[in-house]
Amino acid sequence: MANLKTTFAGIECINPFWLASAPPTNCGEQVMRAFDAGWGGAVWKTIGEPITNVSSRYSSVDWAGQRMMGLNNIELISDRPIEVNLAEIAEVKRRYPKHVVIASLMVESRRDVWHEMVKRAEDAGSDGLELNFGCPHGMSERGMGSAVGQVPEYAQMITEWVKEVARTPVLVKLTPNITDIRLVARAAKQGGADALSAINTINSITGIDLNTFTPRPNVDGKSSHGGYCGPAVKPIALNMVQSVMADPASVLPMSAIGGIGSWRDAAEFLLVGAGTVQVCTAVMHYGYRIVEDMIDGLSQWMDEKGFSTLDDFRGLSLPRVTEWKHLNLNYKIVAQIDESLCIGCDLCHIACWDGAHQCIHTDRVSGPVDGHVEVHRKPMEAVHATMSSIAVTRIPKMDPPAVSQGHYKAPLARIPRVDETECVGCNLCSLVCPVEDCITMKEVPVGLAPETWEERTAKLGIVEQC
Amino acid sequence: MGTAFTPHAGITARFPELKPALTPQAAMVEANRCLNCFDAPCTAACPTHIDVPRFIKKIASGNVAGSARSILEANVLGGSCARVCPVEVLCEGSCVMHHRAEKPIMIGRLQRYAMDNFYGRGLQIPVRQRPELPLRVACVGGGPASLGCAAELRQAGVQVTVFDKRDLAGGLNTYGVAEYKLRVSESLREIEAIQSMGVEILQREIGLEDFAALEREFDAIFLGVGLGEMHRLRIPGGDAGVMDALDLIAGYKTGEILSVGRTVAVIGCGNTAIDAAVASKRLGADEVHIVYRRGPEEMSAFGFEYEHALQEGVKFLWWRQPIALEAGTLLCAETSINEAGELVVGEMRTQLTAEVVVPAIGQSPLAEWLSSVKGIQFAKGRVVVDRATGATSHAKYFAGGDCVNGGREVVDAVADGKRAARGIAAALGVMEVAHG
Repeated sequence: MANLKTTFAGIECINPFWLASAPPTNCGEQVMRAFDAGWGGAVWKTIGEPITNVSSRYSSVDWAGQRMMGLNNIELISDRPIEVNLAEIAEVKRRYPKHVVIASLMVESRRDVWHEMVKRAEDAGSDGLELNFGCPHGMSERGMGSAVGQVPEYAQMITEWVKEVARTPVLVKLTPNITDIRLVARAAKQGGADALSAINTINSITGIDLNTFTPRPNVDGKSSHGGYCGPAVKPIALNMVQSVMADPASVLPMSAIGGIGSWRDAAEFLLVGAGTVQVCTAVMHYGYRIVEDMIDGLSQWMDEKGFSTLDDFRGLSLPRVTEWKHLNLNYKIVAQIDESLCIGCDLCHIACWDGAHQCIHTDRVSGPVDGHVEVHRKPMEAVHATMSSIAVTRIPKMDPPAVSQGHYKAPLARIPRVDETECVGCNLCSLVCPVEDCITMKEVPVGLAPETWEERTAKLGIVEQC
Repeated sequence: MGTAFTPHAGITARFPELKPALTPQAAMVEANRCLNCFDAPCTAACPTHIDVPRFIKKIASGNVAGSARSILEANVLGGSCARVCPVEVLCEGSCVMHHRAEKPIMIGRLQRYAMDNFYGRGLQIPVRQRPELPLRVACVGGGPASLGCAAELRQAGVQVTVFDKRDLAGGLNTYGVAEYKLRVSESLREIEAIQSMGVEILQREIGLEDFAALEREFDAIFLGVGLGEMHRLRIPGGDAGVMDALDLIAGYKTGEILSVGRTVAVIGCGNTAIDAAVASKRLGADEVHIVYRRGPEEMSAFGFEYEHALQEGVKFLWWRQPIALEAGTLLCAETSINEAGELVVGEMRTQLTAEVVVPAIGQSPLAEWLSSVKGIQFAKGRVVVDRATGATSHAKYFAGGDCVNGGREVVDAVADGKRAARGIAAALGVMEVAHG
């Protein structure tokens, strides 16, 4: 059975699943219920001088009938007094000594203020500190949050102040609202940070109410840019975490954040080097209970793959991300349609014609027609043929039954065919196909040794230009 | 248009809608489920070729008015077709979801959602901006074929007059569809919308003697006259207690028939027979039998109609042929198929108590009536036309609907009318007939 225990920057963790600093970690009562549900750790809702929040605070992006593909918020840090938060941290640690509590901190950018805050948080019993240099709304206007995280020098300076007094591991939480996230990661490392967490939320306006013309969330007729998170940001987060973990000047233990809602997401972040993962939106959507399958699913997958600890696969995918110029130009794949699975939606056909390389056809012409060229019916010709066809309601007694299609599900005329000589292997058809495993990409040996762009240009003596 | 119509409250109560309207939330969920197939099979299966994914995705985008307009573009009776079409054998029957182990998209109910929204908001059927042409076409018959033809011709700028012999326009759409599928008021609402397009509808019967005048007055004549009287039973016992299915259906729909007897026997097993049998049940009959001289595998009713009748408590007597009717008792003979494959009547007799006997054994063709309209060719009682244009053998006459296809669905009639409109427009030299 897989063992999910891990040690993160010296902190013992019963599992890698932490709650991110956010509404789900607002108070001790919540955090204790989360621990009861199975969460291994919690990064407390950012502690600092209490603020006043607005109403409303969240808005989301729905997609094709699914709620909250992406969520944004304009909520600030904790609105509760520092001493209340710290007293509750102490109580939680007393009751749950094996669970991780990280204090997320954000205070005025003054050395003495930071020193004071760090001491108080550690005295309360927190296992580590997370410096919130990432919050992109509100706090940044007051010189905190991403106002710090977007300037490497400030980030380094404050990290250094914290490290002057900290006795527990210090995590710096990175903002993605910057051209190259590695610049701040390097500064944090330079400043002595023990670990990183990334990403914080992304500047966003989720949408505009088309009746009131007010962007969401609406605060008395106005809105403000908010931090975007949830499933929509996972690819961005995965890219940023990978780029930090692949950069020797940045790399530190990483607590990954960004759109993680399932064990699959968690496994992916661990594969690019994350030590723990932090979750917020999925819990805000479905509650703490989701951690059960995160633990169960990850364990099951590890068992199937033969991994007994997280270290067995942590970072395995890092060497598999490279610069484009190192990709093999002589690798060729083509699309293959399993005709017995095809349902005849023809989405691959129109996607290929309008969005790719015009090599998936419905006319079943195969081979040269005009000289050496295959000539195919264009998509709209098929539509026009349909629209001018004469169809009648089939009445069982009056009309013969439809012609049998043999073992195919769809009528043969609706099963597209790939012109493999023209297929560039872009994957698009397999992405739009609504049937699992109906379109697969098959490797076609080209009989050439692997060659990258870098190797080819070097051989030809071409100076790379961009 | 003819007399104003007031629905009978008792009938409305006894014939609640079979499929209630979708709520906005349900419509959105269902619309999002549609895969948006390219050159979609549902569109191909629809006789009027409504662009189904297009109207469904407009519902999903929140453009419900645009959704209805795209339906109307292809089928001006989109509202009633959404309710009466046998979608199981049309659009929904061809949905690719069947191959994906999922229920087909509820296309009919989504279409109704869009159309209810459209009419509920009091929107008008958009008419293309065309110059009014000095061309006049008469559509004889006020049913779906003529309405489909008239609307399409209006879109081309042609002046159209529909002649309808009954009190209310709409033909079988108004008088012949089970009330739990399509209410009279809903059919009439649609006809008003077509009138708003500039189509003139006159409640006037056209007799043989009128065709010469029509030919003088109009540039072309569309025959959408449907079928003739229902077939009689022709058994000893006379006509006492006999009421044909279409009279029964029209009678209760207009509130003129509020009850049938306690025992009813419907003869025949097509979709009209089912409608009449279910209606009898709803009108209070205790025992309703459908008597059919063949077996279930040969009925012309759709499978889902048969299932519906069973649910309503209708009983089926297979392999029985009525041979006499006397004082509320229907005498039936057993039938079978002999070695030559012919239907033969055997010796065994069954007595069935039936205060009312409802023949639903088809309608007679109008051939006799129309065949004297000079030079129009008929075959098996049907007007012979060129399928693509609706052209008859007489240059001035076009035809569509039941009088051509022998009796099919509303949507088939609309499609016939639409094709004929394009045929007429082309014959009259009107350019730019819309495609699709």
